[in-house]
Amino acid sequence: MTALLAIDNLGKRFGGFVALDNISFTVKTGERLGLIGPNGSGKSTLVNCICGTLRNERGSVRFNNNELGGTTAHQRTRLGLARTFQLPRPFASLSLIDNLRIPLLYTVAARGGAHHGHPIEARSAELLHEVGLESKAYRLPRELTQVEMRKLELARAMAAEPKLLFADESMAGLTHSEVEDILSLLNRLNAQGVTIILIEHIMRAVMSFSQRLVVLVSGRKIADGDPNDVVRDPEVERAYLGQ
Amino acid sequence: MIFSFDLLINALVSGILIGGFYAAVTSGVSLSFGILDIVNIAHPAFIVLGSYVVYALNSSLGLDPILASIIVTPAFYALGAAIYQIYYVSFEKRGQESLRGLAFFFGLLFITEVTLVLYFGVDYRYVEASYIGPTWHFGPLDIPLRILVPSLVSLLLIAALQLTLTKTFVGRAIMAVAQDQLALRLMAVDPIRIKRIAFGISIATASLAGAFLIIIQPVEPSVGREYIGRVFAICVLGGMGSLPGTLIAAFLVGVVESLTATFYGPSWAPAVSFGFLLLTLAVRPAGILGR
Amino acid sequence: MRSDIFFLICLVVGCALYGGVVVLGNDYIFFAGYVVLQYVVLATAWNILGGYCGYVNFGSAAFFALGAYSTVAFYRFYPLPIPILVLIGAVVSGAVGLMMGYLTLRLRGAFFAIATLALAVVLETLVVNWDYVGGSRGAYIVRPETIAPFGPYIRYLFMIMLLVAIGAVTVARLIERSQLGYGFATIRDDELAAEALGVPTLRLKLIATAISGGLMGMAGAPFPYYIGYLQPATTFGLDYTVNSIAMPMIGGTTSWVGPLVGAVLLGSLQQIATVTISSAINLLIVGLLLVGFVIVAPNGIVGLVHRYIQHRPDDFVGRRRVGGEATGETTGSVP
Repeated sequence: MTALLAIDNLGKRFGGFVALDNISFTVKTGERLGLIGPNGSGKSTLVNCICGTLRNERGSVRFNNNELGGTTAHQRTRLGLARTFQLPRPFASLSLIDNLRIPLLYTVAARGGAHHGHPIEARSAELLHEVGLESKAYRLPRELTQVEMRKLELARAMAAEPKLLFADESMAGLTHSEVEDILSLLNRLNAQGVTIILIEHIMRAVMSFSQRLVVLVSGRKIADGDPNDVVRDPEVERAYLGQ
Repeated sequence: MIFSFDLLINALVSGILIGGFYAAVTSGVSLSFGILDIVNIAHPAFIVLGSYVVYALNSSLGLDPILASIIVTPAFYALGAAIYQIYYVSFEKRGQESLRGLAFFFGLLFITEVTLVLYFGVDYRYVEASYIGPTWHFGPLDIPLRILVPSLVSLLLIAALQLTLTKTFVGRAIMAVAQDQLALRLMAVDPIRIKRIAFGISIATASLAGAFLIIIQPVEPSVGREYIGRVFAICVLGGMGSLPGTLIAAFLVGVVESLTATFYGPSWAPAVSFGFLLLTLAVRPAGILGR
Repeated sequence: MRSDIFFLICLVVGCALYGGVVVLGNDYIFFAGYVVLQYVVLATAWNILGGYCGYVNFGSAAFFALGAYSTVAFYRFYPLPIPILVLIGAVVSGAVGLMMGYLTLRLRGAFFAIATLALAVVLETLVVNWDYVGGSRGAYIVRPETIAPFGPYIRYLFMIMLLVAIGAVTVARLIERSQLGYGFATIRDDELAAEALGVPTLRLKLIATAISGGLMGMAGAPFPYYIGYLQPATTFGLDYTVNSIAMPMIGGTTSWVGPLVGAVLLGSLQQIATVTISSAINLLIVGLLLVGFVIVAPNGIVGLVHRYIQHRPDDFVGRRRVGGEATGETTGSVP
C-alpha cells in the first residue's frame, strides 16, 4: 500500500516553545483518519506545516511521492492538498459564490482541469448546495453565522478538488443533525476517492467516521491505530479523554 | 578619499554619540511599532513638533531646552493617548489598521509638518544653551558639547524606559499586551488602556527627542522626513521592541552614517540607514536581538 | 461592458475634453489639466497595489521620478519622441518595481510599506549623486515652443498625458474584472487563506508592483518637458506620494472610479488653492481630507455614493456581484 501522505520526524518550534516534536505517521489513499488531542496540542500547527502555511524546521513531508519541502502553500494546494481553517477565514469583500470562485480559478483551472466541464458559476452553486448555503450565494461572509462560515470553509476546500482534505473543526457549534449532514458529506467525498483527515473534538463523529485514529498531546504523537483500541489506551484517557 | 587616523577616530566617536541620540529618537517607535504593532510613521513629525515647542519656550522664556521638554512631556503624553484612542476606534477595532491606519498616520505627518510651516515658517530655528557652543578637545578628538549632552541624556532616557518596561507593573503589562491580550484581560487589565498608556509614552519621548534634535542641529519643519527611514531602520534592525537592541542598532547606524559622510561625502549619508533597512528586511527581518 | 468598448468611449470623451479646452482658449487650463491627469495616473497606479492588493506603497514619488529621470538620461544621449520616452519610463519603473517587490513582498504589509519608503530615499540619493543627469544641481530640458498639429507644446503634452490616463484607467478596470482582480482581492482580504486555496500570492503581488510602478513611470516620463528644469528634491517630493495615497483613499479604493474621482477633485482643488492661497495650505487640506476620510468614510466618495444610493450600511461594495444576477462573464456593480 503506497502512502499518499508520509510525515517523517516533523518538528516545529516557535522561539523556545516546541509545538511539534518528532511527529511521524502515514496516510493511505482513500483513508479516513481522525486526528484528536487537547487544545494547544499542535493539531492545527501540524496541518499548517503539512499544507505549507508554516515552515517546519525539521522532518519531511511527502505527498503523492512528492517531497514537499521548499514548496509554497499554493503549490501544495495545486498538488492536491486542501484544508479548512479552524477559525474560518473567508474573503470578506467577496460574495459566497466568489469565495468559491477562487479555488476553482486558481487551483482547479490552474491544474488544467475543466472541473467536470461545468462553468465556474454552476460548479460554485453546486458546492454551495452541498453544504446548504445556496440561498446565500450572493451574500457577503459577514452576513453568515459562525456555523455557516464553517460550512463555507468546507465548501471552499472542496472546491479545490483535493486528493487529501484536512477538515479542521468543521463541526464546531453544529446541531446533531447538522453534524450528520457534514459527516455524510465527508463520507460522500471519501467514497469519491478523497482521503480525509478529520480534526475534531466531537468524539461521536470522530469514532463513527474514522478508520484510524491519531492522538496528539503537547506536540507529540501518543497513539496511532484502530479507533476502539486508541480510546481505551490509558495514556490517551489520561491526557485527553478521561474525566 | 583622504584617510587619516584623526578623521577616523572623530568619525567613530561622533557616530557613537549621534547613535545615542538616534536611540532616543527611535525609542518611541520601538514602543509603538516594535511592541504595539502600530506603524506610526508620523513619529518624526512629533519629534519636530517637540523641537519647536522647546524652541518657543527657549526663545521666549529662556528655559533650558531639555528642561523645557521635560515640562511639556505630559502634554505630549496626552496627545499620544488621544491619537491612540482615535486610531483604536477608527481602525483597530474594525480590523483595518493595515491600509487605513498607515494612511491615517501619513496624513498626521503631513498635517503636523504643514501646520509647523504655517505657524513658524520655513526658516531654520535653533536654541540657546550654555552647552551649545563649546567643544571639548582630547588630543585629536573633538567632541562638541551640543552633541555630547543630548547623547548622554538620551542614554538616561533609554535606561529609564527599559527600567519602566521591566520593573513596573504598567511596563510589564505593556510588554504583555504585545504577546497575549486575552491573558491580560483575564488578569482584569484592560488591554486598550495599556496600549493607550504605551502610545502616550511613545509620543512623550518625542518631546524629549525633539529637544535633543534642536540642540544638535537647527530645525525646520521638514527635517522629520529624513528620520522616518532612520527610525524604522533602527527599530527593525534592533529587533522590534527590544530597547537594548534599539540602542545597539542605533550605534551601528550612527557609526556607519558618520563614516560614510566623512569618507564618501555627506550626500550619501541618507542612503545609509535606508540601505540598512532594506538589507535587514531582505535578509533578517527579526533584527539583531529579534523576538 | 467590454474593455475595448470602454477604451473607445474613453477616447471619445478624451477627445471631446481636449476639444473643449481648446475652445476655451486659455492655455493655462492645459497646464493645470496636465497636472490633474498626471495625478489620475498616479492615483490609479497606486490603487492597483494599494486598494486592490492592500499593500501600501510610500514610494510613489520614486517611481514617478524614475520615469522623469530616464527621460533626462535619454535626452542627454539622444532626444527621443515623447511617446517612446513614456514607454521607456514604463519599462524602467516597472522593472524597478519588480525588483523592489522581489526584495520586500515576502514581508508583512507594514514592513513592505516602510521598505518602499526606504527605497525611495535610496533611489533619490543615487540620482542626486549621479552627475550625468545633473545631480543635485538639476537638469534642464529645452522644450520646443510649438509642435504640429497641436500648436503650443503644452497641448501636445496634455494630449499625451490624457492618453496615458485613459490607458491607466482602462488597465485598472480590466484587472478588476479579470481573474487577476479576484486574486488581488484575496490578497487584500486574507493572504494566508488565499495561498491555501491555490493563489500564487507572491507572483500576483509582483505583477501588481510592476504594473503599478510602470504606470507611475509613465506619468513621470513627460514631466521634464512639462517643467523644463528638473530637481531631485521636488521630483522625489513627498507631495507626489501623499497625493497618490490621498486621492484613492478619498475617492474610494475598491474600484477604478475612486482614484479617478479623487484625482480630479483633489487635483483641481489643489490647482486652485496653489494659485489662490498657498501651497502649504494646499498640503494641509490634503492631509486633513486624508485623515478625515480615512476615519469617517473608509470607502471614500464612491463608498458614500453607494451608501446613499442603496440605503445600506457601508459595505465592502465594489466590483463583485453582490445582489446581482449570474451571467456568463464577470460584471460588477460598478460599470
